[in-house]
Amino acid sequence: MKHCLVVDDSSVIRKVARRILEGYSFKISEAENGQSALALCKQAMPDGILLDWNMPVMDGYEFLSELRSLPGGDTPKVVFCTTENDVSFITRAMRAGADEYVMKPFDKEIIGSKFAEVGLI
Amino acid sequence: MTPTEFAFLARFLKERSGIVIGEDKRYLVESRLGPIARKAGFASLSELTQRLMRGGDTALAQSVIEAMTTNETFFFRDGAPFTQFSDVLLPEFAKTRAAQKRVRIWCAACSTGQEPYSLAMLLDEKAAQFPGWRFEIVATDLASEVVDRARTGLFSQFEVQRGLPIKLLLKHFTQEGDRWRIAAKLRERVQFRTLNLLRDFSPLGQFDVVFCRNVLIYFDEPTKADILGRIGKQLAPDGALLLGSAETVLGLNAAFRPHPSHRGLFVPAAAGAAPSAFRLASAVR
Ligand SMILES: C[S@@+](CC[C@H](N)C(=O)[O-])C[C@H]1O[C@@H](n2cnc3c(N)ncnc32)[C@H](O)[C@@H]1O
Repeated sequence: MKHCLVVDDSSVIRKVARRILEGYSFKISEAENGQSALALCKQAMPDGILLDWNMPVMDGYEFLSELRSLPGGDTPKVVFCTTENDVSFITRAMRAGADEYVMKPFDKEIIGSKFAEVGLI
Repeated sequence: MTPTEFAFLARFLKERSGIVIGEDKRYLVESRLGPIARKAGFASLSELTQRLMRGGDTALAQSVIEAMTTNETFFFRDGAPFTQFSDVLLPEFAKTRAAQKRVRIWCAACSTGQEPYSLAMLLDEKAAQFPGWRFEIVATDLASEVVDRARTGLFSQFEVQRGLPIKLLLKHFTQEGDRWRIAAKLRERVQFRTLNLLRDFSPLGQFDVVFCRNVLIYFDEPTKADILGRIGKQLAPDGALLLGSAETVLGLNAAFRPHPSHRGLFVPAAAGAAPSAFRLASAVR
């Protein structure tokens, strides 16, 4: 079973994302900001990360840069999932090492399509 | 709606579009035509149907037909047909069409354009391998509303997130408010027009590849067989037909047979008689 980490400061979004991804047979763990997500990744690298941008403590962009410099940190497929829908944000995220990008609001089809795109479904 | 009115609507749709609506789809007729009736100022669906029965209102007839089409589509739908196009068909054509350097593709039910634009993006990726070639994409659909939309090349945020890799979005689209428009260069590659598959489409000429995906499912068997037969006549002897993932030619039309090694890909049955370049190549593979 593939493991996906859902990182979002909104518990509602985490819950929705968890339900969708569990539907695609992922094992899910959750983190509410970049810092706790990073701690989880240091313990065990997930296969995929669904990542919000705007979060307190450490935002998604910072988290991604930190993650990619960790040993083994280039293996998880990172799918940004954010209301930052401007093309400049998307470009920045991709340069920082994101694999895919979901513009909120999302639904099951979109999440499925993006996780298939990065080879996790 | 009385049973007579429903029967009339069902027959009307079948005759005009091929779409078969069973008694079990009554809810669908009501939910899709209700808004049309209101918009056109009819008090009820019955009234609208009565008007259709009297005939003569072509605009109303057209909007009823269009409302009953299902236009669901997305970029690179099902993946496989597009990989087969670029990994199986294009390498074949690189050899067999080397002299004329011309390949004609037809999307026979293009809806809002995701299918032909997916092909246009694929061809753009391969452009370096085909210098001086002309790839013509003709995209048609019964419903003028979706064809008009397709032509604008403008997609909602929802649409560009279904099947389209983010890298291709960044590469080929520009943001316009909360929508995304595909590059003019790709729009120019596709010729859009309205066309009813029930009518004669021989004026479109001969094609090397036909995508006829997720439309035959709405028709009855004789209609499917008739359309497949006529598509067969428009297809080059070494061309290929791509159907939807749940569709087949088996038992419908002798003009085609499934490709021996690629599911969903169909080749003219006559190609079995003479060893075409296509068959030889797939035998080698
Ligand atoms: C579900 S869409 C398929 C779109 C695309 N080929 C795909 O696979 O994603 C079916 C389309 O067939 C069109 N259609 C239905 N009856 C038709 C007919 N008689 N002639 C041409 N197009 C038709 C509808 O308007 C609709 O856009």
